[in-house]
Amino acid sequence: MNLTLTFFGQTITFLVFVWFCWKYIWPPLMTAMQERQKAIGEGLAAAERAEKDLELAQERATDQLRDAKDEAAKILEQARQQANQMIENAKNEARAEGERLREAQQAEIEQEVNRAKEALRGQVAVLAVAGAEKILGASVDQNRHSELLDKLAAEL
Amino acid sequence: MATGTETSADYIKHHLTNLVFGQHPDGTWGLAHSAEEAAAMGFMSINVDSMFWSILLGVVFVLVFRSAAKRATSGVPGGLQNFVEMIVDFVDDNVRSIFTHQNSMIAPMALTIFVWVFLMNLMDLVPVDWIPMAASAVGIHYMKVVPTTDPNITLGMAFAVFLLVIYFSIAKKGLGGFLGELLFHPFPKWAAPVNLILEGVTLLAKPISLGLRLFGNLYAGEMIFILIALMYSGGLIMGIFGGVLQWGWAVFHVLIITLQAGIFAVLSVVYLAQAHDVESEH
Repeated sequence: MNLTLTFFGQTITFLVFVWFCWKYIWPPLMTAMQERQKAIGEGLAAAERAEKDLELAQERATDQLRDAKDEAAKILEQARQQANQMIENAKNEARAEGERLREAQQAEIEQEVNRAKEALRGQVAVLAVAGAEKILGASVDQNRHSELLDKLAAEL
Repeated sequence: MATGTETSADYIKHHLTNLVFGQHPDGTWGLAHSAEEAAAMGFMSINVDSMFWSILLGVVFVLVFRSAAKRATSGVPGGLQNFVEMIVDFVDDNVRSIFTHQNSMIAPMALTIFVWVFLMNLMDLVPVDWIPMAASAVGIHYMKVVPTTDPNITLGMAFAVFLLVIYFSIAKKGLGGFLGELLFHPFPKWAAPVNLILEGVTLLAKPISLGLRLFGNLYAGEMIFILIALMYSGGLIMGIFGGVLQWGWAVFHVLIITLQAGIFAVLSVVYLAQAHDVESEH
């Protein structure tokens, strides 16, 4: 229990260990810990930023999707209208064409009828003359009676 | 353990005797063969066991922490690094809350004190007979394994802290400032002698109380372990009772040794913080 050289031995030992710890143990550990702290802080900040970015991107994507849907609906609507228009036009055209064709046909028929009538008239005059000749037993002067015959033909 | 030929008093005395190497009164150097011989050596002797265990445990601290420091990465820490960093962080936090000056040596000093003193105290939890019996088996008759139960060790460390206090006081305030603090407080200049006595006592009380506190607590703890160990020679019932007691005291002691290591470290930091304070309130 008496004070001996151990006292100073321990003092020197103490100072040596403290010095060693100060020079070779504390600095690398502290550096590593602080670096990690910084890295973790940066990582957390980056994660937060990424989360925000993601949120923004999602919002943008939603917007774009909605726009696209609207656009598609608009295009569809236009197409439908166009189609209807085209069908309508086609119908009208067809109807007009039909009408036109019918009218042409009608005109042709009428012409044909007239032509037939003309022909018929001519022939009726001849027939009438022939008939009359037979009935009268005398020849009918074509020239004298031509006026009458024409009138008759016109009446037919 | 006490054998039949040994009395309880002998057993206790044996456990409390250091292995001393020194100069015998007749001028020759050698190991002391009894407490009386050791006492006769006076100052020129060294407690080999205390120094051995103290340095061994210091080396254990240095090797473990140095190996962690060498492999320290800022990446994912491994098991050892985690453990070491936890202690370092704990010490760093405590030092930061106490010591506000700029000095890169204080925190490493606190770490060294905390871990080293803890390891030395921890030797108290090794059953009191194991190492001494192993030592006597190889011919070493005295072996005190807990360095902090040796006042030379605790006061030696306190003295080192005291030297640092003086050094930083003078470095920060100048020799004049340091002496001024001793001479001109708390009374005005005309009472310088009184001031010197008051301040001198305050200054010296710090290392002495620091060293004796640790020594006292650990010496008492060790003594109780020795007394409990005595019960093992008192028959089966006493032996079982002693075992229970030893276990209980060991559990309690885990708290004490950690606390004492922490107190030694924190007080050292406090004293050094005071050394850095350039007093302005007086």
